[in-house]
Amino acid sequence: MAQYKVISGIKFGILSPDTIRKLAVMRIETSELYDEQGFPVPGGLMDRRLGSIEPGAVCQTCGNRAATCPGHFGYIDLARPVIHPEFAPYIANLLKATCRNCGRVKLPPDKLEQVSRRMERLAKRWPALKRKLVQAVIREAAKQTVCPHCKTPQYKIRLEKPYTFYEQREVGVVKLTPLEIRERLERIPDSDLLVLGLDPKESRPEWMVLTVLPVVPPAVRPSITLESGERSEDDLTHKLVDILRANQRLKENIEAGSPSLVIEDLWNLLQYHVATYFDNELPGIAAARHRSGRPLRTLAQRLKGKEGRFRGSLAGKRVDFSARTVISPDPNLSVNEVGVPVEIAKVLTVPEKVTPWNIEKLKQLVSNGPDKWPGANYIIKPDGARVDLRYVKHLDEVAETLRPGYIVERHLMDGDIVLFNRQPSLHRMSIMAHIVRVLPYKTFRLNLLVTIPYNADFDGDEMNLHAPQSEEAQAEARTLMLVQEHIMTPRYGAPIIGGLHDYITGAYLLTRKDAIFDKSSAAQLLYAASYSGPLPEPAILKPGPYWTGKQLVSVFLPNDMDFVGKAAVAPAGGKCDEEYCENDGYILVKKGRLLLGVLDKNAVGAEKHGTLLHELVVVYGVEKGREIMDTLFKLFLMYLDMHGFTMGVDSVQVPEEARREIREIIEEAKRKVEELIASYARGELVPMPGKTRRETLEDLIMSVLADARTRAGEVAGRYLGMFNHAVIMARTGARGSMLNLTQMASLVGQQSVRGKRIERGYTGRPLPHFKPSDLSPEARGFVASSFSTGLAPTEFFFHAVSGREGLVDTAVRTAQSGYMYRRLQNALQDFYVAYDGTVRNSEGMVIQFRYGEDGVDPSRSDHGKPVNVEKLVKRIVALRGVG
Amino acid sequence: MPRKVNVLNHELVPKHVLLSREEAKKILRRLGLRKSELPWIYSTDPVARALGAKPGDVIMVIRKSPTAGEAVAFRVVVKG
Repeated sequence: MAQYKVISGIKFGILSPDTIRKLAVMRIETSELYDEQGFPVPGGLMDRRLGSIEPGAVCQTCGNRAATCPGHFGYIDLARPVIHPEFAPYIANLLKATCRNCGRVKLPPDKLEQVSRRMERLAKRWPALKRKLVQAVIREAAKQTVCPHCKTPQYKIRLEKPYTFYEQREVGVVKLTPLEIRERLERIPDSDLLVLGLDPKESRPEWMVLTVLPVVPPAVRPSITLESGERSEDDLTHKLVDILRANQRLKENIEAGSPSLVIEDLWNLLQYHVATYFDNELPGIAAARHRSGRPLRTLAQRLKGKEGRFRGSLAGKRVDFSARTVISPDPNLSVNEVGVPVEIAKVLTVPEKVTPWNIEKLKQLVSNGPDKWPGANYIIKPDGARVDLRYVKHLDEVAETLRPGYIVERHLMDGDIVLFNRQPSLHRMSIMAHIVRVLPYKTFRLNLLVTIPYNADFDGDEMNLHAPQSEEAQAEARTLMLVQEHIMTPRYGAPIIGGLHDYITGAYLLTRKDAIFDKSSAAQLLYAASYSGPLPEPAILKPGPYWTGKQLVSVFLPNDMDFVGKAAVAPAGGKCDEEYCENDGYILVKKGRLLLGVLDKNAVGAEKHGTLLHELVVVYGVEKGREIMDTLFKLFLMYLDMHGFTMGVDSVQVPEEARREIREIIEEAKRKVEELIASYARGELVPMPGKTRRETLEDLIMSVLADARTRAGEVAGRYLGMFNHAVIMARTGARGSMLNLTQMASLVGQQSVRGKRIERGYTGRPLPHFKPSDLSPEARGFVASSFSTGLAPTEFFFHAVSGREGLVDTAVRTAQSGYMYRRLQNALQDFYVAYDGTVRNSEGMVIQFRYGEDGVDPSRSDHGKPVNVEKLVKRIVALRGVG
Repeated sequence: MPRKVNVLNHELVPKHVLLSREEAKKILRRLGLRKSELPWIYSTDPVARALGAKPGDVIMVIRKSPTAGEAVAFRVVVKG
């Protein structure tokens, strides 16, 4: 049995010179790496005792070979101590807080006593607060100009980043050498270290000044042999060579009794090399560079940042059996399929066990080999031996050796199950299982309807694909993750996959009353939807058999389906929003037949409650939902192709009389605004409650102008009519809104910044084209032109201002909500609904006694509520009314 | 002098009921839970103090819930 141990804490300390020597297996003496024969120099940085990295070589320290030898540390004895750059700020604090003579913390004995007692108390209950107290102690102690213990006068100490210390004495500014610093730190007694936040057992302060440098084993700084046979060393090795050379020169000069100036220079050089060995991006000093000018990648650089050891290597999740490429649309695929390029299918494999039932098929795959799809890349024998088919000469012979029990790693084939994913994976619908269809060309192909859950488009988006290997994983993907299992969103229980854009336009045009078909077009349409049954009884017999679009749709509805609902295209006048609408504003399905109403966004659209599609999925199941999307929806597209559908500049041109009407509306609004401004100027304007007179004026002006735009929009809508393609798209909910059309056809309207008319810019006016404090519509961002007539220069500017605000808003919003979501996800990630309906965490503790307190599954609910009684009643009444 | 306030009467504090040993046992059996699986409430929590709850006791909390109308939860008193 495995033993569990609970980690109660982790403590970090500083390596002492003794520990460094003990950790090491040898002292590095020379900067030479290899001798003339190319063997490592004993006592050099590549000494065999530091661990073997060449395959086959036995490690002289542990006797292991390259694969098992962990590598062993060495050390360098530094001729003079140097500051460890990472500790410089701590050293500065310690020097400031302690006496330069006696090493005590510069606080009076009674105060010191008090602080250390407080420190002990904090250590027990609030360890996090210790740091605050330490900061306070240091701040207090640093203020003293005379040591309270030995009465020695104290000087100001300054750290010049990254590692040079100066002392401000009477004689002037004096540089402190690491040697002096180390001596001072040594003098600090153990008892005083506790109040400075250090544990003397684990970290004596003088260890922050290095006298011995640990040398990492070659295993973490391997040299590479180039093709030319030339050796190339790791950046760390280069740096260590620099340190050794500088150290050697310094030692020789000290022994030769060179002038102190020379020694100081060499000492500085050693300090520089050691500092850059730890971190080559220290501020204030030049980065050590390669001969090519590339900065060296030393220890800190290996750990830091996105590509560093932590974020890049340890927290980075990388997997095999995955692929990534650009996506493109394919309306001919089923919603639960994904098109996989042959080149990818030949690399991704699925292990298949040989049985008497599939042996012939697998033999064929093996004889096809790794280069011909569908083939196989490996055979695994029952004893675990792997045969790499890339290196097999006679594939047919190998294929004949297959026996039940062998495993063939065959290419990805049609019908295999794979997981398909698009980042950011914010949803469970961001990773769904698809059925493979191997296709030519180099992109992943997906049905347009699944772009909604993935939030994908085809402007260069890439997606990832994973091939589950085990039978369990494949079965799980098939039953739980297949696209149709995710039609209902777990957010509020409406289909998230459903008609969009052209599908909606097509559905509308098809079910409109003017859509009638002769036998051949009806048959062609049904064929496009892969229908192969008999044609229904034609609705029109004279002058010949004709079918209505509604009839064709009914072919795909279940025979016992009843449904009522309102169309998004509510006919003008609003009198037709009850059942039996002659203008097709109300959808009625009886016994599987679409009798009245057009299908639009409210019938087949995605992310909507109470649609025909929603009803189909809820009552007849997700498989039926998928089937409808693979058949009926294709019919919509086919009809759109037959009908023809475009939109252009002509679609937003209104006749001259309409333009005159719009101009009149604008003129009238301007007159009203003028009156308002005049009454404001006269002081007659009555302020609204809680508003100043100026605010009231602004509100009134805004509402007059908004009203003008609405009315101008209505005029445009009236003249464009329900046969205008742009209007069809807007009204059915396929794409765009009536507001968009208004802006194109009649006028763009008021531009705003933070919900107010534009007033920033010059003093008292947004642009120098206007007089100061001109409150008229055109001076405050009202755009009276339409996009189709074109904007005046000032109007264009206002529109740009408002547009920029929109962009900034979205940029800020996505960043903020992304971070909010991340925090939520981290907090909730391992909660689950247990079989008893409680919500538990990973330790099995109860978080909620019933999921959501009511135990309702939101994906089967109506906006979180189990039932919507009102809707139900309405439906039953409507259906009974029919008959 | 601060006035003595009974936190149980505050409108933002949901209804807390201290369960007897037998009641607690019965309810835990019904829920199929062990005491160790319940959320905690410190014995020093103002509510636990007001109820006079001791470590090991179980407190029933009846909260208003936007989804269920009323939701019942249980907490085990721990030393704190």
